[in-house]
Amino acid sequence: MTPSNQPYNDLKSKLLADFQAAEERMNGASKSALHQLRRDALSQFDRLGFPTIKNEEWKYTNVGSLIKEVFEFNAPAQVTAEDLASLETARLEGNVLYFVNGRYQPQLSQIVSPAEQMTISTFSEAVQNRPEVIGQYFAQYADYHENAFTALNTAFADEGVVIHVPARKTVEAPTILRFISDGRQMNVASQPRNLFIVEANADIKVAESFRTLGDQASFTNVVTEIVVCEDARMEYYKIQNESDMAYHIGTTQVYQKDRSHFYSATVTLDGGFIRNNLNIALDGQHCESHMYGLYFPNGRQHIDNHTLVDHRKPNAYSNELYKGILEDRATGVFNGKIFVRQEAQKTNAYQSCKNVVLSNDATMNTKPQLEIFADDVKCSHGTTTGKLNEEAVFYLRSRGIPKDEAQMLLMYAFAEDVIRQIKIDALREQIERRIQAKLAR
Amino acid sequence: MLTISNLQASIGEKEILKGINLTVNAGEVHAIMGPNGSGKSTLASVLAGREDYEVTGGTVQFDGKDLLDMAPEERAAEGIFLAFQYPVEIPGVSTTNFLKTAMNEIRKYRGLDPLDAVQFLKLMKEKMKLVNIDQSLLSRSLNEGFSGGEKKRNEIFQMAMLEPRLAILDETDSGLDIDALRIVAEGVNQLRSPERATIVVTHYQRLLDYIVPDYVHVLYKGRIVKSGPKELAFELEEKGYDWIKAEVETA
Ligand SMILES: Nc1ncnc2c1ncn2[C@@H]1O[C@H](COP(=O)(O)OP(=O)(O)OP(=O)(O)O)[C@@H](O)[C@H]1O
Ligand SMILES: [Mg+2]
Repeated sequence: MTPSNQPYNDLKSKLLADFQAAEERMNGASKSALHQLRRDALSQFDRLGFPTIKNEEWKYTNVGSLIKEVFEFNAPAQVTAEDLASLETARLEGNVLYFVNGRYQPQLSQIVSPAEQMTISTFSEAVQNRPEVIGQYFAQYADYHENAFTALNTAFADEGVVIHVPARKTVEAPTILRFISDGRQMNVASQPRNLFIVEANADIKVAESFRTLGDQASFTNVVTEIVVCEDARMEYYKIQNESDMAYHIGTTQVYQKDRSHFYSATVTLDGGFIRNNLNIALDGQHCESHMYGLYFPNGRQHIDNHTLVDHRKPNAYSNELYKGILEDRATGVFNGKIFVRQEAQKTNAYQSCKNVVLSNDATMNTKPQLEIFADDVKCSHGTTTGKLNEEAVFYLRSRGIPKDEAQMLLMYAFAEDVIRQIKIDALREQIERRIQAKLAR
Repeated sequence: MLTISNLQASIGEKEILKGINLTVNAGEVHAIMGPNGSGKSTLASVLAGREDYEVTGGTVQFDGKDLLDMAPEERAAEGIFLAFQYPVEIPGVSTTNFLKTAMNEIRKYRGLDPLDAVQFLKLMKEKMKLVNIDQSLLSRSLNEGFSGGEKKRNEIFQMAMLEPRLAILDETDSGLDIDALRIVAEGVNQLRSPERATIVVTHYQRLLDYIVPDYVHVLYKGRIVKSGPKELAFELEEKGYDWIKAEVETA
């Protein structure tokens, strides 16, 4: 063990001990292939330890304070429909699955899509009833050898959602997974794990929403693996609206095959300390991948988006636009890596990250990284970080619009080209209202 | 209506306006001419309330109120409108998009009920016809990719919508073709009334054929160095500014 891991030993050794205790209760089941895989992940976690800022990937995102907190990983889930009312979530016509502190809440959830359109189950059900799916896909995409949090999730995760869309099916209703950390009584932690498989020529829209109740600390360590097969299409939204006491570390790992289309938008409205990894492997020809992101940290919020686009095959297209508005003492990080392998000729890859920093105490760190090994490619990247256009503010004021409102109008216009990428209307409208409310503060 | 007394303004260390005196009464049209860099746009900006300029001396009264004490939005609500020499591009904000907010803010200030969508659209249609501007232009991001003439026409459209009591046009004629020039002039003339006034900043006598001024002023090195009737504009057109500069230097 390297000395840099020292300060974090408490949480780490607790987790290692927890794993062992759980294993002892398993009897024979500990011999299963799944458990062996978890064990391997745990040993990777043990080897890696929690990252420190000496790790280039975590340079601006210091998990030190997260690791010093004490969390209950098996907190009870006692949330009623009335409790949820306070969250004012969007009413969505579709499949809505609630998880509280990592536990599935069937009484709060609804599944409306017919079984012939898709198979949807909780992760634990899938482990029981569809071991072949878990065996084939689980942990095959999200690499747990490099990222301690992914390793930890892989070792421990026992709940989340598994969606399987058969070939040529279009799932009309959107699916929204609502993960709620109930921090009203104690500090809580959960490690959701999702797996979405969209077979050839199928089509689906999924949103993951993260919310908190109460003002105790919460920690969500989520991993989602997505496989988009030939000619399939997927829309994926990640919406974060958590308390300032919330820690969130998430990895979404996408694997695309020939001619598949993947659209994503990651919108972070609120949250204390956030790290989102979005990794996309374009392992097919003529794939398309669109990534949008929007974040509005204020106070002392910290929001880090790391994206990795890995062009493995020729003739694929990726486009990325992340935008942020930072206020107060907030900190933001954008790290966008585009990797074009030698084989991936005729790749088109675009990346842009634009930020408006409203206060002198807020900071934004951007780092685009292009690693291109093919010679016939079109790639561009650009990052901008600036203040709100004062001339535009004056123009609007000279027309009679008060300063605050003029600024809001401009910020909203800035955010708008990401907002409109959210194609689930009820969700987008809800997000619009939240953004307006936050900007108006 | 507007009384500017000994107005001085600077940006950073640089003194630009060095004591402007100008009185504009309701019903009048004043033309301000002068060489490049003499401070015409600065004067217009200071009147509209741009905060980059520091007013270092003098006063401006608008209907007896201290104009310099008001925020830009209050000045707009009081009835001042500036058609910018270089209108700014605002990505993601269309004219229709902000103009309704602007109008209703102004109405609120004046104690009037807001216009509803139908009333606003009706008014827009009317004014669009007046300045011969297309709906599609008004729905696009403000000034983004607009031609020079489209930008100016859009400024005049906004003026027509807001019906200011004092309109300040900063080189609205620059870059306009003859037809557009007529349209702009018509827009201004439509607003002419005993209760309103206009200040037209221009380099060309041509515009003044259409918008006939009551007075012409020459701004030079931050001061109004000459004022006269509309004929002064012809003289300037003919002789340039050298003779005025010479007058100033010898004085
Ligand atoms: N933001 C600024 N920073 C520095 N100098 C400025 C600024 N704005 C104006 N000036 C200077 O003030 C002087 C007057 O400028 P202004 O734009 O008012 O002139 P103008 O009379 O409108 O000229 P034009 O006929 O070319 O439009 C110029 O020398 C200009 O360079
Ligand atoms: Mg000028």
